[in-house]
Amino acid sequence: MGKGERPEHTAPPEIFYNEDEARKYTTNSRMISIQASLTARALELLALPPGGPPRLLLDIGCGSGLSGEALTEAGHAWVGLDISPAMLDVAVDREVEGDVLLSDMGQGVPLRAGAFDGAISISAVQWLCNADRSSHDPRRRLRRFFQTLYACLARGARAVLQVYPENAAQAEMMVGAAMKVGFSGGLVVDYPHSTRAKKYFLVLMVGTGGAAPAGREGDPDADEEGGGPGAGPSTVAVAGRERRGKRRGGPGGGGGGGGKDRAWVLKKKEKQRRKGNEVKPDSKYTARKRRRLI
Amino acid sequence: MKLLTHNMLACTIKGVQNGFPLKIEAEEVVEREADFDPDFLRHIFPKLEWAAFLEGARALGCAEGLPDAVPEGALEEEAFLRAFHHALLEVHLEEGALVCPETGRRFIVSKGIPNMLLNEDEV
Repeated sequence: MGKGERPEHTAPPEIFYNEDEARKYTTNSRMISIQASLTARALELLALPPGGPPRLLLDIGCGSGLSGEALTEAGHAWVGLDISPAMLDVAVDREVEGDVLLSDMGQGVPLRAGAFDGAISISAVQWLCNADRSSHDPRRRLRRFFQTLYACLARGARAVLQVYPENAAQAEMMVGAAMKVGFSGGLVVDYPHSTRAKKYFLVLMVGTGGAAPAGREGDPDADEEGGGPGAGPSTVAVAGRERRGKRRGGPGGGGGGGGKDRAWVLKKKEKQRRKGNEVKPDSKYTARKRRRLI
Repeated sequence: MKLLTHNMLACTIKGVQNGFPLKIEAEEVVEREADFDPDFLRHIFPKLEWAAFLEGARALGCAEGLPDAVPEGALEEEAFLRAFHHALLEVHLEEGALVCPETGRRFIVSKGIPNMLLNEDEV
């Protein structure tokens, strides 16, 4: 794989992660440390209540079991699944604590409903956005994956999926697919201003409302600071575009707002709820007219 | 593969209404020691399908000390917890197959890894 080339573009995952690639995950200390830190962050975002009993977690795209080892260290039991037999062989050779399954997440997670207390995935789900065979339809595979993932999680559980989306459209496709099957939550971006340390986490929740937590800001470590001192001119401020011209009358005028009655507001709120966003409950105050102030 | 995992596995072939529990055909069974953790056992117990677990334990020949129905308070008894722990976490299906109860589709287990990949006409 050349530098900067995405592995998804070179071969399907079961072929890309062959014996050679699998060996890297056990011998390359840089890869190991990246996997470990990503897993630690995913566990943090999973936000399991502290001090509870060991949980049963799912590791999607467990590979050679590096992320699983971090779960074992945190005291949890886990089941992993992966599509690459070579990677799973390495996992078995390393005698990881959890069980591993050979399975394609795009075909659905082969697990019973409500069984797991949480799920993590490190750098795996973006593979679903690629069609490796003529029969593959990324949208259908994403939907199938999220449907079965939603079903196998217990109520109140979370799924934290670290992904490398290729572009904004791909990120949107993944989040959209997750929201459609009923997950709430969203995309958390760590270190959004750093090119190298920027990481995307899809934080999904089952059954509970609430927004996704905030991503980490600032510099991942001191030596990575962009332009050093005096970086002022190189920073670019991006402001939201302001809309002009379409503003409707003054507060007293109220002209043109005719359609926005209670039914309209309720319809909009219902739509947001279906998308999984947090929406205030409907009450007698919903869309009630305010008294005129002047 | 442990019985804990077996208890979570279901067949997801298109059109299958009840793909659980998968029937175990054991060829080789091994035992590996695992840490005994009563807290985890108590946490996981309500999530288990006991009948399926028992059936699996019989197929692997480790059902000794496991009652047909678990009486209340058994989770406080050391003897029961030990037997439960042994069957749930220490006995592994190494070679064999899992059979879908509805379609009869066999999922091969090799080196302790169940192959749950589906053919294209099954998705």
